[in-house]
Amino acid sequence: MKFKTFIAFVGPSLFMMMLFIAFPLVSVFTQSFYNVQPEFEQVEVETCTPGFPTQTCVTEVKSRPVMDENGNIKTTTHFVGLQAYRDVLEFDRVGAAIRNGSWSQLMTIDFWKALRFTLTFTLFTLPLVIGVGLAIALAVNNAARSLRGPVIFISLLPFIITPVIGSLSIYWLFVGDGILTAALERWLDKDIAMFAQAWTIELLMLFYRVWHVAPFAFVIFYAGLQTVNQDTLESAIIDGANRLERLRYVIVPHLMPLIIFIAIIHLMDSYRVFEEVVGFRSQSHVISLQWLTYDFLVPDDSGNRAISRASASAMLTMIGIVILLILPLRRTWRDHKGSH
Amino acid sequence: MKLRNLALAGAVAVTGTGVWAECAFENEIEVKMLSAGFEAWKAVADAMAECGNFEAELDQEFRTKQPAAFAASPSLYHLGGVSNGTITPLLNEGTIRPLDDLVAEYGQDLSPNQLIRIDGKIMAIAMMVNTQHLQYRADILKDLGLEVPQTWDEVMAAAEKIQEAGVVDYPLGATLKSGWNLAQDFVNMFYGYGGSFVDDSNNPTINNEAGINALETMKAMTPYLDPEYLVSDSTYVQQQFQQGKIAMANLWASRAAAADIEGESQVVGLVETAAAPLATADGPPATTIWWDGIVVAANISDEEAVAAFKLIVEGLDEEMVSANNEAAIWLVPGYEPGRFATGAIETLSAQPSPPAYPSTTAMGLMHTALGNGISDYLTGAKDAETALADIEAAYITSAKEAGLITE
Repeated sequence: MKFKTFIAFVGPSLFMMMLFIAFPLVSVFTQSFYNVQPEFEQVEVETCTPGFPTQTCVTEVKSRPVMDENGNIKTTTHFVGLQAYRDVLEFDRVGAAIRNGSWSQLMTIDFWKALRFTLTFTLFTLPLVIGVGLAIALAVNNAARSLRGPVIFISLLPFIITPVIGSLSIYWLFVGDGILTAALERWLDKDIAMFAQAWTIELLMLFYRVWHVAPFAFVIFYAGLQTVNQDTLESAIIDGANRLERLRYVIVPHLMPLIIFIAIIHLMDSYRVFEEVVGFRSQSHVISLQWLTYDFLVPDDSGNRAISRASASAMLTMIGIVILLILPLRRTWRDHKGSH
Repeated sequence: MKLRNLALAGAVAVTGTGVWAECAFENEIEVKMLSAGFEAWKAVADAMAECGNFEAELDQEFRTKQPAAFAASPSLYHLGGVSNGTITPLLNEGTIRPLDDLVAEYGQDLSPNQLIRIDGKIMAIAMMVNTQHLQYRADILKDLGLEVPQTWDEVMAAAEKIQEAGVVDYPLGATLKSGWNLAQDFVNMFYGYGGSFVDDSNNPTINNEAGINALETMKAMTPYLDPEYLVSDSTYVQQQFQQGKIAMANLWASRAAAADIEGESQVVGLVETAAAPLATADGPPATTIWWDGIVVAANISDEEAVAAFKLIVEGLDEEMVSANNEAAIWLVPGYEPGRFATGAIETLSAQPSPPAYPSTTAMGLMHTALGNGISDYLTGAKDAETALADIEAAYITSAKEAGLITE
């Protein structure tokens, strides 16, 4: 292909990628080193609010942002270097926890608590998603032709539910005397509170994520299964390979690139676990890195938001994903080079 | 109920129907309002819509949208529904206008109690007050021969008796959902013990006796609560009442009337209200006072402001209140306090009286730090002093980043 034609084809998407991926990334990266602060003045303000039977007025000293001549809040931007990263990582408290040799003390520091959960969540769901996805794909592939359509349709349903809605549904099924909790209570004959301690919440989160994402793995694997070389399979049967051996020596090696692909996508997605924390209202027990960024970013009732720390936390999340992806990407790269 | 919850969860648009039956005038300039979505706002929006050319967006996410929408020029909304907790960003950015002239010209029917004065200028027109009060099952207390508790010690004692009697699933309910609700409960209790959150230079002052007492009282409640208390918000507690699962709760006054909704509540006529319990015998009720009201945007033309203000007066008239008397503790003339208003009015008129929730930039940061930090104490991960010290540290970090504290 001529270079000019190549650019004509690729140009628009390159432009879009610059605009929607590269530029925001650079912007967040820069913001994590700067801090924009309004200028405050201390003023005595009298506030009169409704009371019974008449108004009550109180005079207080309040900090109020200073306005410039255009009626905008006066702000100053400082370069703060790595301060935002230090505020997120809180190394002094980590140091104290390590000196005390106390894991539980370390787990009260937001970032590390979030990192612990995010990693466990990512690494536990990964094999489950791949395993369950493969199992459904094999089952469907071996099902009678007339059943395949309906089975595929039903298995795909969890995947098309919006994650927040899905996690809310699970929450409602289990919270208080939700139907599933009530059923469990009747069956086990004891009082169960799924949202009263961390481990049950985490278990529900793992379950929900696998239920939600396994259909994605299933679709990919099912497509992959259609391309398995039937001659190889037949010769394996003639050689006396049983079902398990055929799976292990023929099918899985054939599907390996797809397994890597799903692993990469899943690592990226589940490291950004967020909907479960919001849907299950689990902030008291379990938080994730993405939720931490959100919490910095969301304004409080007085309109404050911690943009620098949110940027720093977002960058740290990205660094985490890159580290996680190094292994599978290296493998893909080796395979890619080997095939030439 | 389901339908209404759905409606509240999203945004509801109430549009003028063109039938201006009960409006005193015909509104000719288009006016838009963004406010919260609970019953009282719906009543006011409906009353305003009678004048025509009016559109209200009732959205529970209003507090996130409002500052940006009002900062636009021209402002995306003419009117905003605010509370004393959410007016601060609008005040700080100067995106709402003083209403003194408009009140002088068109506001004769408003009561002086409704005029929210900040720094001498009228910045909002209040329509209702809200506070927490003690909501209780009168039948259960009577059966067990218990007096209505007036202090938190008495609440715990009564809860113990109710627990022993085993008449409900859990003696108490509480809005302790982590985040905003949890922090609000601490704010109430902390004020009840006479604390104050920051000093004049915005440094935190919560790691002291009042703070520890507040935390300990909160923890003392937990054995009587549903073990899932850290996910329980106002709606959850309201439903626990309606389903007869709890006997007492210190709950928002605006939630009381739900106990009498036929078809939704199993305890119709059994729930009564009293003043919010005291934390100390001679202190104020452990709660804060809130008002909800309407502000007018700064970035709109004067004609639009006049039209918008006339709608406020129309929306907050006697007719609206008499039609929706039970929807809120109205400040509007013509309001007849009903059975459920007893607790709120006792709370508001208590001596010493509970403070109004202090909306300041510092308090916003403190509220967030509290909401994230208290659960570590309740789950047992930290003791009270460590929890308070860590909350103070988290507050200082945010306050430095926000520029409130300089080293």
